[in-house]
Amino acid sequence: MKFILTTIFLILSINVSHAHQPDRRIVSIGGALTETIYALGLGYRLVGSDTTSYFPPSAASLPKTGYQRALSVEGVLSLKPDLIIATEDAGPPSVMKQISSTGVQINRLKSAKSMKDTRENIFALGKILNVNAAAKTLVGKFDAALEQLKVTTSVQTKKPKILFIMSHGSSTPMAAGSETSANSIIEIAGGINVANAYTGYKPLSPEAVVKFSPEFILITSRTLKQIGGNEALFKLPGLALTPAAKSGNVIDMDGLLLLGFGPRSAAAALELNKRLNADD
Amino acid sequence: MLMIRTVKWRRFSLLRQREQNPFVILVCLSLILSLIVLIATSIGAISISLRDILFFDLSEFDQTILLSIRLPRVLLAVVVGAALGISGAAMQGLFRNPLADPGLIGITGGAALAVSCMIVVIGPAYGFLGLYSLGIAAFVGGMITSLVILRMSRLTGVFSVTHMLLAGIAINALTFAGTGFLTFISDDQQLRALTFWTMGSLGGAMWEPVLVCLSIILPSMWFLTKKARELNVLLLGEENAAYIGVDTHKLKRSIILTSALCVGAAVAVSGIIGFIGLVIPHLIRLLFGADHKLLIPASALLGAALLLFADTIARTIVAPSEMPVGVLTSLVGGPFFLWLLIKQNSNGN
Repeated sequence: MKFILTTIFLILSINVSHAHQPDRRIVSIGGALTETIYALGLGYRLVGSDTTSYFPPSAASLPKTGYQRALSVEGVLSLKPDLIIATEDAGPPSVMKQISSTGVQINRLKSAKSMKDTRENIFALGKILNVNAAAKTLVGKFDAALEQLKVTTSVQTKKPKILFIMSHGSSTPMAAGSETSANSIIEIAGGINVANAYTGYKPLSPEAVVKFSPEFILITSRTLKQIGGNEALFKLPGLALTPAAKSGNVIDMDGLLLLGFGPRSAAAALELNKRLNADD
Repeated sequence: MLMIRTVKWRRFSLLRQREQNPFVILVCLSLILSLIVLIATSIGAISISLRDILFFDLSEFDQTILLSIRLPRVLLAVVVGAALGISGAAMQGLFRNPLADPGLIGITGGAALAVSCMIVVIGPAYGFLGLYSLGIAAFVGGMITSLVILRMSRLTGVFSVTHMLLAGIAINALTFAGTGFLTFISDDQQLRALTFWTMGSLGGAMWEPVLVCLSIILPSMWFLTKKARELNVLLLGEENAAYIGVDTHKLKRSIILTSALCVGAAVAVSGIIGFIGLVIPHLIRLLFGADHKLLIPASALLGAALLLFADTIARTIVAPSEMPVGVLTSLVGGPFFLWLLIKQNSNGN
């Protein structure tokens, strides 16, 4: 009798949790995580996201909780979430603590900076959201793209020299050194980051640019637009004297696609590799 | 620029001809502040009606929002605004300089340097310290810098306001150089953390820091209010004040230390919020005259009211996100201040 009761209870509770699942209201903080949730087919559960979440297009129209490091307690809670998926960067810490003290479940994931992180995050999200199979399929596709890239790069003999430029407004543009996501994606795509002697983003000195003599300038589409297109870009001090300027080699890609290390990052690396070798 | 001393405060008073009762003015300001507190408590990203609050007819969720999120934040805005306003009034009275503000005694510079050290050099702390490390660093950094400036101003044996101003400028320049260097070597994420701290926010208001802050700021405010008479005498000039029997050295030291405590505690919980310390005392002077007995408590009340008003707009206008409050204090206060200046000029001629 006891056994039967337990079984019935178990079945009921499973049913209840299943019935409850579709109602979960998720707020996602971090562009790559939001993208992954959409890729796992659960975008319809999202009720809000931060300003770095703008892909796929439907993510851009979700209610925005502000920048991921400057969240507002009431703002997030007003979306009535029962699950918050956030990167470890989400904050400020006091706001995160206040949100969790109201009993809302918060899952913090790594801010991905390598393909390994991406894979781990997809599996972790699969587990949290109870869609392990979908996560496995997604990682499968992701790994296949990486494998294809590996085959492509293994036959390419030359490694193009690349400089990644980031600029916020009018101040001196910054170059990505090692230990940045730009550096990772450049290396995966089979290029050499000319500024890898520095760590992190550093202001770009005109003479250093000439010395680096990059063959390609890599830049996010938004920064390129902000600077005012290719011509304005090569007017920046030093850049005109680089091989990249002579051949007009500027590669612009969407920031989240290129640097986000979300589920599209393998495809992004493939695209970057293709554009690096376009003239061969 | 900081040496402009010849401003005659009295002339700035708009309402000086009218009969003024300081008590009535203070009661009016308190009423305005209470009204803003009521409004601020009842609006936010999550709507809870004022009626429900007053009759405490709330769901458990609304109670949590109200008691552990909105109330501490409203209280923090009041406390920080009052601290900035009152110490601004005390500093301007002490230096007899219209441009004196709490930044002059190195608190903001020192706090910013300590916070950038914490973010860039020491890195993330965990647990209890993770939540409060930046606040503690800001407070300690601010206090150390202002103590150094205070010490420098007494190098010649006598406490000199000129020395203090100059030492303040030099030490501030040094702290900014330090912060600048740390900004340069910081990585992308540290840089963003730094930027957000410098913009100032009341977003992280929790009961513990609010209460700690209160326990430092309330006694300091009481002390500064008590010193109002002596500050009035000081307006006559240092020598005259000394003849009348005010121990000017002791007065200067105690006021600087108390203001430093006040602003240090405020900066520790909210980052750097500009405008209030500098402009609120001027507003009060323009409206009601330069009597410190009124100026000091009124600056506290008006500072509290303005910061709370600005913060309420900051957290509701772009909900579910929020704006940096520093932008709004200037946006709300700036035009009002300009209007007063223009009106005062047209009256004066």
